[in-house]
Amino acid sequence: MVEQTDIRVVRCGGSKICFSTPILTNDSRFLICASGDSVKVFSTRTEECVHVLHGHANQVTGVALNPANHLQVYSCSLDGTVRLWDFIDGILIKTFTVGYKISSIYVSNKHIGVIFIILPMQSNENGEHFQLVAVRLPSALEQELEARELSAVLSDVSPVPACTAFGQGGDYIASAKGLQLCVYFFRKQKTYRFKLKATDKKGARNAFTCVACHPKDDCIATGHQDGKIRLWRNFNQKKEYTYSTQHWHHNAVSALCFSPEGMHLLSGGVESVLVQWHCKEVNKKNFLPRLGGAIAHICVSPDGQMYSTSHTNNKITIISSFRVSAVIQGLVKGGSVQTDLMIDPRTKALVLNGKPGHLQFYSLERDKQLYSLDIVQQEYIYQAGLDQFEVVKAALDGTASWLATVEQRGSKISSLEFSLKLWSFNEKAQSFELNTTITAPHQNMITAMCFSPAMDTTMLVTVAKDDQFKVWLLGSDLDEQKKQASWSCEHLGSYHGLQPTNCCFSGDGSLLAVSFAEVVTLWSPDTWELLTTLCQPPGTIEDLCFGRLSCSKYLLGTTTKNLLCWNLLTCALEWSTSMDVCVLRTDPLSENVAAFCHNSGKTDLFVFRPSEPRPLFTQKAVCVGRVQRCIFVPREDPLDSCDEWSQWLNRSRLHFLTEQMELLTFSTRAEDERILNSRKELLVDDSVAMTPFYLLLGKHRQQQQEKQTSVPSQAADRAQLPQGCVAIRELLHTPAHVLPPASFLCSVFLNSLLISNTGGRDEKELPEQEVDSEKEEVDSEEEMEMNNGPQGVRTQGSVGEAPPSLSRAEEKELRRLRKTDFSWVTSLTSS
Amino acid sequence: MASFKPTKVQTYPKLGEKVTEDALYWKNYKAPVQIKEFGAVTRIEFSPLPPHNYVVTASTRIQVYGPHSQEPLRSFTRFRDTAYGGSFRSDGKLLVAGSEEGIIRLFDISGRVALRQFAGHSKAVHVASFLSDGFRVVSGSDDLSCRMWDVASSTELSSYTEHTDYIRAAAISRLNPDLFITGSYDHTVKVFDARLGGSVMTLQHGHPVESVLLYPSEALLVSTGGRYVKVWDLLKGGQQLVSLKNHHKTVTCACLSTTDNRLLTGSLDRHVKVYNSSYKVVHSFDYAASILSLAVAPEDEVVAVGMTNGVLSVRHRKHSEDKQETVGRKRRGPAYRMFVKGKNYVPKQDDFVVSKTIKQHLQKYDKQLKSFQVSKALDTALQVNPDVTIAVMMELNRRGTLRNALAGRDEKSLTTLLQFLLKHITDSRFSRLLMMVADIIIELYYQVIPQAPIVERLLQRLMEVLGREAELQQELLQVLGVLDTLFASLTPRKEVMVPREERVTRNWLLERK
Repeated sequence: MVEQTDIRVVRCGGSKICFSTPILTNDSRFLICASGDSVKVFSTRTEECVHVLHGHANQVTGVALNPANHLQVYSCSLDGTVRLWDFIDGILIKTFTVGYKISSIYVSNKHIGVIFIILPMQSNENGEHFQLVAVRLPSALEQELEARELSAVLSDVSPVPACTAFGQGGDYIASAKGLQLCVYFFRKQKTYRFKLKATDKKGARNAFTCVACHPKDDCIATGHQDGKIRLWRNFNQKKEYTYSTQHWHHNAVSALCFSPEGMHLLSGGVESVLVQWHCKEVNKKNFLPRLGGAIAHICVSPDGQMYSTSHTNNKITIISSFRVSAVIQGLVKGGSVQTDLMIDPRTKALVLNGKPGHLQFYSLERDKQLYSLDIVQQEYIYQAGLDQFEVVKAALDGTASWLATVEQRGSKISSLEFSLKLWSFNEKAQSFELNTTITAPHQNMITAMCFSPAMDTTMLVTVAKDDQFKVWLLGSDLDEQKKQASWSCEHLGSYHGLQPTNCCFSGDGSLLAVSFAEVVTLWSPDTWELLTTLCQPPGTIEDLCFGRLSCSKYLLGTTTKNLLCWNLLTCALEWSTSMDVCVLRTDPLSENVAAFCHNSGKTDLFVFRPSEPRPLFTQKAVCVGRVQRCIFVPREDPLDSCDEWSQWLNRSRLHFLTEQMELLTFSTRAEDERILNSRKELLVDDSVAMTPFYLLLGKHRQQQQEKQTSVPSQAADRAQLPQGCVAIRELLHTPAHVLPPASFLCSVFLNSLLISNTGGRDEKELPEQEVDSEKEEVDSEEEMEMNNGPQGVRTQGSVGEAPPSLSRAEEKELRRLRKTDFSWVTSLTSS
Repeated sequence: MASFKPTKVQTYPKLGEKVTEDALYWKNYKAPVQIKEFGAVTRIEFSPLPPHNYVVTASTRIQVYGPHSQEPLRSFTRFRDTAYGGSFRSDGKLLVAGSEEGIIRLFDISGRVALRQFAGHSKAVHVASFLSDGFRVVSGSDDLSCRMWDVASSTELSSYTEHTDYIRAAAISRLNPDLFITGSYDHTVKVFDARLGGSVMTLQHGHPVESVLLYPSEALLVSTGGRYVKVWDLLKGGQQLVSLKNHHKTVTCACLSTTDNRLLTGSLDRHVKVYNSSYKVVHSFDYAASILSLAVAPEDEVVAVGMTNGVLSVRHRKHSEDKQETVGRKRRGPAYRMFVKGKNYVPKQDDFVVSKTIKQHLQKYDKQLKSFQVSKALDTALQVNPDVTIAVMMELNRRGTLRNALAGRDEKSLTTLLQFLLKHITDSRFSRLLMMVADIIIELYYQVIPQAPIVERLLQRLMEVLGREAELQQELLQVLGVLDTLFASLTPRKEVMVPREERVTRNWLLERK
């Protein structure tokens, strides 16, 4: 038990980036958003994640720019702290401990040093009622501070961040909950409350969903459950307030936002259309349709040039001049992953169903979606309660040259529509292309499918609820004016009218196991003859898999209560153990099998070999609830741990999805350390765009800086080699009117030539050269005088003597000489 | 912002036979040219020499046509009675023909009067042919004899009276000048060797033989008679290879195409059938009357068919050059060059490329779907082909707006919709969706139906169609049930293996404690 401690469960990416409203920085270069328990800084131009700000211990619920310093950002979290970060360098500046679960944060220019947060009311801790409080942040110099100066502003507010907003430079704060809108004026210290009726004659649903305040005018825009937008005016008195109603959205308005000058109002909802309302001309609207995913939040950059919309499918779209300019896409996780997790051997990406009707390819290492493949190829209608095609099953064959997908619509058999699609990988286009579509391949829905791993045939087996399994084969007849081979049904099998549940091929493709209710049948794929049946009542077989490599004679099956292992040589049950296995998976690279077992609300993991009596690894309570899916991902570079307990992680990693759709993995201590080291290296950031001008001047300035600090790093020196050539090319190719003055360029040009010479001599000496270069730079003056003598010696030596005869001291001298020689010339050129 | 994805129109597999390369090859003929002769066309033969003129024997005339002429180049009319079996010598210069009165005439192709007359047969001579040395003529007659004549001296060389009925077919060997084959109404085909002075092989066809044909390799022999076409392997001693029964009536003629040796047979059932190398019918030509004679020009340029009503039907092969010519004449408007102007320009290194968004072309119904005009989209789709209509209906159903699209229609548009339903509701590929559409229509309009008699009548017809379909389905299910019992009694039984008693149970949870 003790050895186990160095394996721990870690979260591995794929956290939600659409949880709260992101913010755009003042210069519109970065987008900052909460992502799980960290804050991520993205570049708006390249879509790359620039920094990940770690520190919070729980879900980050909101971010806000520091009104006093636009290079700092506040973040609040459910762990009860507010943290202040420098997002340019990715440094934690201060931590304010509040001590309650914070569900959102607001700041205003009028209230510097004060932040407004929404907390649960102390009276009832179960989290039903919330209040808006102002927190005066202590201005002490320590890093960790306790913020205890809380003063309540509004009670009984909605915990949804979109339901509260600051108005007109911080004069008032508006908050909506249910059917009531509260406006609190700071100067008068007075609250006005406006109520709406729940419904009217036309059946309108008037509940508030979001609030936005006009930045320059006394105007509050509120979004409602039925898609109406109300513009409130004259609300600083109880009786004579007015509002006008606009209606475009057919479903609840989920986000509202005014542009900073107050010219436009932006709204979004489940329709996935960004609507731009003109405040002056009421009936004029602009639309940006098909953004892909229901809009959850809208944010506008402080200069009004850039908008960003967060979508519920974990996506942030950046819009500049009302056109999509960049898309930041995280791992799309719907309610459940209906397709199994798969690994694309080509890109090493995790394959699962993504946005509706798509299959996403998600790189685990880079925590980024590589691409998503459109399976359904139909226009997705963003409308609540519409039953549309979903990818429910997917399978990749061993070399990933074929992909099979099943899309399905409707759940009842009368309205069920589904089709099987087979995709071939096109080497030229580097993507999957649709080869065959089979509409209604079975009478009822497909429950499992798998490709044959055999090399010589391309075969797919589908198992469906219509008591049959079908074998599909790639047609080999290329003659009859068909350009492509297509798939057709080869065999149709059934067993005593029982309903099949799962299917599995043995490692070499010589056996097919299909489980029919309680019976496992084994078929020969060559003749489609029923070889034998295995049965172990009670309980329907749920999962089936063959052992790998040396354990290939074993067949594993799970029922609701038992884990069973048959020996195929004797056709008898080898062993069984009673456990509620949710997921069973074999490691493709070893004999190991992972079984997640549900046990009284928690899930335990067992890793074992079918041939050995003791499990290799067990961990109790890896997560709460049932594990949905798991997969072994082959490692790029295997670990060399010889520890008994962590050996099973050497060749591949085990990833799994929990009930809360969290992607978790197991990590060893050695791995943690390695990651920590690599993270430090990654911090070098080049956020300046690579323009010809930058190549000429930016690099030059860097060189100068390096000289001044006199820490010429090895990497920088090496990089100059190609860089010099680039500089020359750019010099010759850049139009004359954009070039800097010739006096600038001359030295850069000559420098590049000189450096390329020294570098060209021999690369091997370089590392040592750098070691003593520091010393050398200091006393270069003295060396200058000593120059002549040793140089003569050197030339003699190189002609007459063999190099090994030089002593160490002499060698050092020589190198020094070479260096001084070079610096002398550069000093000439720069003068 | 993703672009609008147009409605996916499903392509349904074509029912019926597959289109093969052979079928395409044989389909590639122009519309037939009809030439009226004076009587039934009993024989057509192509000259072995280019330009491959062909000789047509009909009534009392023998006429020679050029490959493209519709008027005879030459005609031989000196027959007192019906002429039969005009055929060329292998050099294409001489022509021999039998006749009803029993006299065989030999013509020079450029002359008019017969060069030789071979008299000796007592009854009509239906076949006459040169042997491959070119100096002898063999003839088969209704007087049950088969005679060989010397051209130079116009004397009878020998006579074979082995057949017991009319001789109506003959074929000569091109490799051996002494070998010829005759087919007779006595149901036999005989192979004669002039050197031995009698038949060397007798094949029982089983029906009166109408024509015989040798493959160029001369290993295979085709005989037709009755409804049967039989292929014999001569090298195996006259073993029957296949017997084909693809015609409904007597097969009167057979010939081989020069490319790939495809067999063609013509029959009184007014069809010409083309067989592939494994003797499966790959194509069939239809004609207006019973076919008596058939010939194919070298390179399959021309298919000439003679019929009982005296019509000679000539089909010419289509060529790609012809097609281009017609297109060239028809074409108006700007050239292709005009459309690609500047499109294939490759930008140079320092060019500044201004990209222009390509406008997505959408069908009209897609445009309407894009702007959520569901009723209009359905109307538009109803005017296109049924595949599109079905696709749009499916799309509307998926969007949950099918009911909206069907509602609020006037009598006229409802009639077109119902007519579509009537036509396609029994198609099993569409029926599920169309049943749903019909349900919705009845549900929507049942109160107002009596006001529109046309709609009411259409609905009644729909009910009839569905009733018939249901009956049919029931019958089919009955048949299926019968078949199931038959199959079930045939398959052997296999028992489920009973799990053994001894098992090893491991409880890891216990073990670890």
